[in-house]
This record gives sequence, C-alpha cells and structure tokens, in this order.
Amino acid sequence: MLGRLSLAAIPFDQPIVMVTCGTVGAVLVTVMALVTFKGWWPYLWREWITSVDHKRIGVMYMILALVMLVRGFSDAIMMRSQQALAAGHAAGYLPPEHFDQIFSAHGTIMIFFVAMPFVIGLMNFALPLQLGVRDVAFPMLNSVSFWLTAAGVLLVNLSLFVGEFARTGWLAYPPLSELAYSPGVGVDYYLWSLQISGLGTLLSGINLTTTILKLRAPGMGYMRMPVFCWTALASNLLIVAAFPVLTATFGMLLLDRYCGFHFFTNDLGGNPMMYINLIWIWGHPEVYILILPCFGVFSEVVATFSGKPLFGYRSMVLATMAICVLSFMVWLHHFFTMGASAGVNGFFGIMSMVIAVPTGVKVFNWLFTLYGGRVRFTVPIYWTLGFIVTFVIGGMTGVLQAIPPADFVLHNSLFLIAHFHNVIIGGVVFGVMAGYNYWFPKAFGFKLNEPLGKAVFWCWFVGFYLAFMPLYALGLMGATRRMQHYPNVHWQPLMVVAFCGAVVIFCGIALTVVQLAVSIRRRDRHRDLTGDPWDGRTLEWSMPSPPPAWNFTHLPRVEQPDAFWAAKQAAKSSQVPERPGYSGPIHMPRNTPIGIFIAFFAFILGFALIWRIDWLAVIGLVGALAVALRQFWQTGREVEIPAEEVAAFERPTMREAA
Amino acid sequence: MSAAGEVLEFGAGVPLSEQGPAPTRVVAGFGFWLFLLSDIILFSALFAAYAVLSGASADGPTAAELFDKKHVFLETLCLLASSVTCGFGALAVVRSDSRALYLWMIATLVLGAAFLRLEASEFARMVAAGAGPSHSAFLSAFFALVGTHGLHVTLGLAWLVIMLLQAATLGFQPMVARRFFCFALFWHALDIVWIGVFTIVYLGAH
Repeated sequence: MLGRLSLAAIPFDQPIVMVTCGTVGAVLVTVMALVTFKGWWPYLWREWITSVDHKRIGVMYMILALVMLVRGFSDAIMMRSQQALAAGHAAGYLPPEHFDQIFSAHGTIMIFFVAMPFVIGLMNFALPLQLGVRDVAFPMLNSVSFWLTAAGVLLVNLSLFVGEFARTGWLAYPPLSELAYSPGVGVDYYLWSLQISGLGTLLSGINLTTTILKLRAPGMGYMRMPVFCWTALASNLLIVAAFPVLTATFGMLLLDRYCGFHFFTNDLGGNPMMYINLIWIWGHPEVYILILPCFGVFSEVVATFSGKPLFGYRSMVLATMAICVLSFMVWLHHFFTMGASAGVNGFFGIMSMVIAVPTGVKVFNWLFTLYGGRVRFTVPIYWTLGFIVTFVIGGMTGVLQAIPPADFVLHNSLFLIAHFHNVIIGGVVFGVMAGYNYWFPKAFGFKLNEPLGKAVFWCWFVGFYLAFMPLYALGLMGATRRMQHYPNVHWQPLMVVAFCGAVVIFCGIALTVVQLAVSIRRRDRHRDLTGDPWDGRTLEWSMPSPPPAWNFTHLPRVEQPDAFWAAKQAAKSSQVPERPGYSGPIHMPRNTPIGIFIAFFAFILGFALIWRIDWLAVIGLVGALAVALRQFWQTGREVEIPAEEVAAFERPTMREAA
Repeated sequence: MSAAGEVLEFGAGVPLSEQGPAPTRVVAGFGFWLFLLSDIILFSALFAAYAVLSGASADGPTAAELFDKKHVFLETLCLLASSVTCGFGALAVVRSDSRALYLWMIATLVLGAAFLRLEASEFARMVAAGAGPSHSAFLSAFFALVGTHGLHVTLGLAWLVIMLLQAATLGFQPMVARRFFCFALFWHALDIVWIGVFTIVYLGAH
C-alpha cells in the first residue's frame, strides 16, 4: 500500500536531524499561522503564487534561493566543524553515513537550488526591463518553471525528515549510485528532485532565449543590447543545449535502478565511465550557465558606477559567445585521471587553458572601464572589485589544474575544492549579491541599507579567504575531499582556520537578513522616487520603481547601446521631441494557478516514485496531465488593463526624468 | 497585441532585428523550435550511449543476430508516409479546410499507430526470445533509445487526437492553428530522429 514507506523512514534515532526537523517545522507553522491570522492568503495567492509577471516570478526565485542558501550553509558549517574536530583519535560528532549525506546535499543544494534559482531569478527580473518589453515570451510557462523548481526544492528538503539523502556526492557517480551499492531512497530523492527541477530549468531556458531573440524594443538590434542580455543569452543557450543531456543521463541511471538496465553497472557490459563523461558534458557548461549572467551583472555595475560606457562592448560580446561555445569542449578536464590517452588529455588540457583567454579579455574590459572613471563606491561596486581580485586567483588555480600532469596530483584533493569554491563564491555568489543590491530598488522602490550591505560584503570577502585559502594548502599537503575523519593531526590547525572562515561567512549571511529587515523598516528614508537611483544607463531605469505590471506604457525606441543614458544626455541638450503619451488600454496575460497545480502533482509523482507507491504515482501523473489538458482548452488568457489605470501610472517620460 | 507590446509600423530598410517584438505566431513557433532542438540533444545523449555500448552484449545476442531488417523497413515506410500525410494536414490548416484536415490527420494517426504496432511486436519478440533490456548493456541502450523514440511517437499520437478534438470544438482560431503548426514540426522531428535510429542502430548492425 505504501511501498517502501513506513514509520521507520523517520530518523528518530538521530538527534541532530530531529532537532532540525522540529525547528524547521516550528518556523513553518509559525509563518503559516501568521499569514492565516493576518489574512494574507488571498493577497499571496492573487499577487504572487498565481502571478505570471516576470518581475514577481524573478523575486520568488531569489527568495527561494536565499532560503536554500541557509540550508546549504548549515551543511557547510557542519562539515567544517566536523573536520576541525575529527583529527587523529578524535571521531568528531557526525557518523560517516550522516557526513556523506551532508556533503552530497550541500553540493546538490548549493548548485541546483541556490545558484541556479538566484541567477534565473535575476535574469527573469531584469531581462524584459532591459529589452524594453512587457513580459517574457511565455509568461504562463515561466510560472510553471518556477513552481517545478520549487517542487524539486520541497523533495530535496523532505529527504531530511522522511528517509535519507544520497551518500554519493553531488553528481552521484555510479557504480556507487547503482541499486547494488545504494539500495535506499537517497539516490532516488536526488534523481527525482533534479529531474523535476531540471525540467523547470529547461523550460525557463527556452523561454528566456526566445525572449531575447524575438522580443526586443524597436530599434534594439543585437549590438544595442545591454551586456547583461548578451550574457543571459549565452547562459540560456547553454541551458537549452546542456540540460537535456542531464535529463537523459539521469534517465539512464533511473532505468538502471528501477528497471534493471545495465548502462552504468559493473556487470553485463555496463560502463560507469560513460556516466561520468555524460554528466560532465552537462556539468561543465553548467558552471558557465551560472557565471556568465554574473559577468553581465558586473559589466552593468562597472559601467553604471564608473559613469562611463563599458570598455570594449564588442569584445565583451565576442568573449561571452566564445566562452559559450568553448564551454562544451573542456568537460574531460574533470577526470584526466580516467586513463584516456595523453593525446586526449592534452587536447582537453589545452582547450581548458584557451577558455581563460576570453575570460581574461573580460577582466581587462572591467579594469579599463574603471580606469579614468569617477567610481562611486556603492555596495554593488564593492562586490565587483572583490570579484575581480578573487576570481583572478580562482582562474589561475584553474589553469594550473588544466595541466594534466598537475591534475594527477591535485585530483580530488582539497586544492580542487578550494578552486571551485574560489570561482563559485568569488564569481557567482559575489555576482548575484551585486545584482541583488543593484536591482533591489527597481523591484521594491527603495534602496537597501548601504553600511550593512558593505558589512555583508566584508564578511563574505574575509570569510571566503579564511575558509578556502587553508584548503589550497591542505590540498597540496595531500588532504583529499569528503573526509569524515583524518589521521594526520598536522592538518588540524588549518582546518580550524577554515572553520573560522565559515563562521565569518555565517555573519555575512546573518547580516544579509539584518540588512533586509532594517531596509524594510526604514524604507521611507531610502525611497527611490525617480526610478533611476544609480544614474543608470539601461532601459530598466527609465521607468518608475517598482514598475507597473505592464512595464512600459509605450515601448521605448532604441538608437544605440546604453539607450537610457543617451536619452538623458539628449534631454539635457533638449534635442528630444516630446512623444505622444499612450492612453489606451493594455492587454496582459491573466494570472493562473496552473504552475502551482502542475508542480503539486509533479511533487506527488516524484514522492510516489521514490517510495515505490504505484497508485500515488498514477494520481500524480494523471493529475498533472489533467491540469495541462484543461489549460489547453482555456481561451481568453488575457486581461485588459483599463486606460484609466494605465494613465494613473503614466509617469514623467524619459525626458522629464532626466 | 499582447504582452509583447504595441503593433508597430516600419518602413522598408529597417533591419528585422530592429523592428521590435515579433508577432505571437513567430514567437510561439520559435520557442517550439528551441524545444525540438533540446529534444534532439536528449536523443543525441542516448545515441552516444548506444554507440558506446552497442558492442557490450555480454555474451548474449548481438545486434546482427537480433534485428529483422525487413520488419524495420516496413516500420520506416509507415513513419515516413505519416510525415507526408501530416504535411498535407498542416497545409489544410492553413487553408482552414476541415475536411482535408481530418482526412490527412486520421491517415497520419493510422500510419503512426501502425508504426507503433510493428515496434511493439519487435520488442515483444525480443523479450520473448530472452533478449530483454536487462540482459546486457547493449540491449539496455537499444531499448532505451528506440523506446524513447516510441514514447515520443505515442505522445505525438495522443497530442494529435487532442488537436483534432480542439479543431472540432474551437475551430481554426489562431491558437489552434499555431498548435497544429507545432505538432507538425514535432512529427517531422521524430522522423529525423528515426532516420538516425534506422541508420545507426539497424543498418549499423553487423
């Protein structure tokens, strides 16, 4: 009746899990009670949960990412504290099977449910505004994408309380992840949560690629797009090209586990190395999916706060697209030790070094933009400067590991761990934090607190160096990754330093929450009344903050890059003829609950398949199809916003704003 | 116009990329093209797996022993013919000719079902002969690749039935016409994938 599910699935014997369980439960109940008591459900349902507005969906993606950052970080600090303790004869406090779940969950959550939703959220929010259009190409699909991601998040977190998570590491290499060696539900939780959220990501990639290529304001030819749009285009093209490989690879592993296939088993001709090839054909582009939009954020921030156009716009576009293509030609550097021939390893080593060239072009472009500019030292520029310094170090250790003989020494060591945290924290985290501080006033109409924002930056910056520089050294000393315990007590002091770094990063995360709370409390002092708080250059700053649901009452006409900056300059010299205001009604897509309904049934389906509850799986599948089918017959998906409401929002045009 | 923005008039000489948001018809078609590309990439991963594992028959039956090329040729004819009828059906949508639409699309339906029937009998024969997917890595890869294509054809047929119901209930409104256009793209894409399957899996077996 209930498949493999029974009361024994709840880990009553593990105090750490049960306390976490209790705390999370208490917080959830409190929040639900508060929302019910205050009567906020109708508002939440109407304005957020069923919203198809790209700005709202973008914000929800980012909230999801911030919440999951706390979860992923809890795993991180548990690992760092275990390794600070468990040297020599000490055993630490985490048993091996729990420690293995923690490092697997940490990687899975941080990549799929923190970095991805944050980056996709930023793109969702900013792209249509920068492109000068009213929404993304497929607004309803956008909502489906978000809620599928949320369903994946729910499944991955449920594994903490009901059953277990994978003990295989964040990419679940076979044969360890095969049924023979991982008979429990952990790997199934991993696979189904990522299949469901991966589908959401793919749909999102298709949606945003179509938006950039087909929906741009009149006059916005490709070489007039803001650089963030270019980097988002590259990132979404990579999503469309890489995520199906992930789906297929996980599909094969699922067939192995559920139907007795032999893709990756070590008997009957299975080939585990094929999984590792396939997963990295997705995995390497994935890191560029994450970092490229962040490069875009830095480009916008650098140009805005230097008061100059971006240095080398064309070379930036070229470098972005070069990285986009090259990212598919380096995957084998993740396993030089596999035993491919020297020729194969040499090819992939050289390609990996080549990819540093366009990245170097970008770094110099940012530096030359800063050079000679009147730089305003705001929070986003702090993150950008921190990024340039930190990312260059991470890039260099990466090129070092691109040399196959060096990689034979460094493979699977803490040096590698230090390297990819160096580029992911120094690149992606710094990037999304810059973007969060940069676009926050556009989304909510007031600025985030500056001093607290700088404190957050310093905590992350100092915390990162404290936590990860010791790992470089430890890696060179021979420490491998994923150690629950190590005999060499000489490593312990550096492990303790790394733990201190994690504590400093924790202060940064806590201060992020404080910054948000304080900014909301004092929002009247930091209102953005002009819509252009940073003296911006691109179209999103030409509209009020927050923008109306339909973004642009009349679509702007674009004649050059940095369209809004140009319009402001022209207005100063009074060369712009006044444009007639638009006064008619506007048609926008109607809100719909289809996203959350489909995700609900997808969650049911995933849960049922994990626990092998057949009848429930049928309910999930049929339910999702029924919802989709019902939507298929839905006509009149648009709602008319009356002319009076549009007129009420009619703001000073670009000319007056300047 | 909808969320995309206002309808704009442009004189000659304005490049396409500067003419503002594309009409919904173009946007929907383009998005579906991207989806098809992603689907073909999914197949490419399965093809790659088949290429790696096709020799790994683990002392069991090999490709050359198992496949009946005449049977597969018949399957191929059915599917290719269904693509032709689907093409005529799509033209009928453009002309809003419902009689021709039903005629050609039901022919597509029958040919697609015949293809599936032939494929199912091949699978059943193999499983009965002790050559099921769990017998060797080669057979796993074969059943996964060909089965995924078959699953796509099945979903395509279900979609076609839904589309015929839509044409009957909603008529030839732009939304329905767009979906027929996307369906036709999907059906032709499955043909292209099948040509890959036919060439690499069946003709490649020796």
